Amino acid sequence: MRGADESGQGTKRADTKRPKDQKPRSRQRMALARKTSELRLALAPRWREIRFDLHLMSKSVTSTAGVVLIVMLAIVAIFPFLFAAPPPGRDPFIIPVNFDPQYVNPLPPSAKFPLGTDADAASIYYGVIWGARISMTFAIEVVLIGAGMGLVLGLFAGYLGGIVDEVIMRLTDVFLSIPGLILVIAICAVLGRGLEATKIALLATWWSGYTRLIRGSVLSVRENSYIDAARASGTGELKIMFRHILPNSWTPVIVEATMDMGTVVLVLAGLSFLGLGAPLGYAEWGIMVQTGHLYLVSGYWWTIVFPGLAILTFVLAFNLMGDGLRDVLDPKMRR
Amino acid sequence: MLIGVSILTFFIIRLAGNPAFQYLPAHPNPQQIEGVIKQYHLDEPVYVQYFYWANGVLHGDLGWSKTAKMSVSDAIGQKFPATFELALLSTAIAVAIGIFMGTRAAVHANSAEDQGARLVALVGVSLPVFWLGLILLMVFYAGLHVLPSPDGQASLHFDPSTLRVHTHFLLIDTLLSGNVPYFVDVVAHLILPSITLAFASTAIIIRMMRSSMLEVLGSEYVRTARSKGLPESVVIRKHARRNALIPTTTVIGLTFGGLLSGAVLTETVFSWGGLGQWAGDAAQNLDTAGIMGFTLLTAIVYVLANLVVDVVYAFLDPRVRLG
Repeated sequence: MRGADESGQGTKRADTKRPKDQKPRSRQRMALARKTSELRLALAPRWREIRFDLHLMSKSVTSTAGVVLIVMLAIVAIFPFLFAAPPPGRDPFIIPVNFDPQYVNPLPPSAKFPLGTDADAASIYYGVIWGARISMTFAIEVVLIGAGMGLVLGLFAGYLGGIVDEVIMRLTDVFLSIPGLILVIAICAVLGRGLEATKIALLATWWSGYTRLIRGSVLSVRENSYIDAARASGTGELKIMFRHILPNSWTPVIVEATMDMGTVVLVLAGLSFLGLGAPLGYAEWGIMVQTGHLYLVSGYWWTIVFPGLAILTFVLAFNLMGDGLRDVLDPKMRR
Repeated sequence: MLIGVSILTFFIIRLAGNPAFQYLPAHPNPQQIEGVIKQYHLDEPVYVQYFYWANGVLHGDLGWSKTAKMSVSDAIGQKFPATFELALLSTAIAVAIGIFMGTRAAVHANSAEDQGARLVALVGVSLPVFWLGLILLMVFYAGLHVLPSPDGQASLHFDPSTLRVHTHFLLIDTLLSGNVPYFVDVVAHLILPSITLAFASTAIIIRMMRSSMLEVLGSEYVRTARSKGLPESVVIRKHARRNALIPTTTVIGLTFGGLLSGAVLTETVFSWGGLGQWAGDAAQNLDTAGIMGFTLLTAIVYVLANLVVDVVYAFLDPRVRLG
């Protein structure tokens, strides 16, 4: 690929010297055609690999189920207004309420409120729909940033070794020696209530697992002879780290990150249930279960069941997909 | 490692703002503020304050918990048995079910039973703990009226001070005191919380047991045992399962830490009155001393659990030698 790149550059430079001549242009086109065919050739094995992965995934029942569920959730999260229109001019993430005395008690599922209501006509259906968007964006942000931080730290620790490794890994060990939820609770309690505070608290802890994971695989990838070859040919350290080592060591992180999408939502819901995450009245599933739980004995089951089912579906979807991905991406398990 | 945890927790406390307000009345006068600052060495540099704090911690002084209305170390001492009883019982449940189902799944790999176990494991890690607790309560307490309401370890009309034995573990206390109705009541209160808490660990143990069992079943000594003509049940029980238990033990130790975080939510749902509920209350009421005490305690328990696992490991696997 590299050679094709340079020859392409060469013809271009020759063109600029004789811009009016027709012949070089056709030569340029030929060079371009050669370049694309070489590119296709170079990508062919990778594409074949991806197709094979996809084929394996489609054969696994669990990951197919996971993908279908995730696509459905993503549609709801991207277009929630199609399923439940928010009242104009209000924050759509706050469930609309009606303080009319006839709505004081929760109402059972009906045509107007498909999943019933909480007190003051707060529609459970509305909350479940908009909660998908809250959970999805929250999980994506935490997992992407957390995994990114972990990748970089783990890469530096594993590749550079020595004092850098020592410092990063001792810090990681400290964070890993406290069970995740408890550390998050502690930080949340200090930062106060709210989704932003919860996000910061989760980010402050979430990188540590990825760091350890990526460091482990970097340590083994580092010993490969193609890394020596790259170094011998004068490739810069940073380029070796990000172009040669990283792409070969992030497979376990992909599986972990997929499953963590669900775990993050579980933690968020748990924090909200404790009164630390989303504020009251928000379309967030944990706080909805929390408000519903006041009616435990009154028989208003829908206030608890539906938001909880939403959490379960979301988390299960990502766990199913992660489970399938692990089988596909782990070379020992396949073929 | 514990030093690192202590520095981290101290750092988080200090993020919370001026700690002097923990010890002051709602509307303090300047002299009171001055006094508290002097008394707790708050006018010195932060790292010096850390050493004062660490010194206190080593002498059992973790500060005052305003939610428990007692000192943090007293609160931990008083609430620990309740949580320990719950955690121990749910670990027992998780280990029993997890090992049984994991073994079955591996022996009948790719059968309907295996897929079922896989689904149970996946749902287990996906269930919100607090929701599971609420659903169980809704069915067995509000719906069927077979189990008691979530009012802690026992019904309110029983008074623990009437018991003759005091280990603070209610199961043991009631049994040794011969108070049968009380004992039955305690057991009835334990059922739902321990099932709730056990669910997630069960799922993890099933997975681990299945994969290590599959690995062992493919090994040569299992083939040898089979070719000797041993009955399949003996091969599985004596040769395969025993060896598959070794990696599973590690996981059991690690789930113990997860159990403590699950305890925060489970105990809150069931008003259990143990460490978890206290931590939840403390978190809601900005009781930083309480939260930090709990965080530090969990870290210690976690490290201890890992230590126990290492020792058990050496016992199970003679190839591992300690020291």
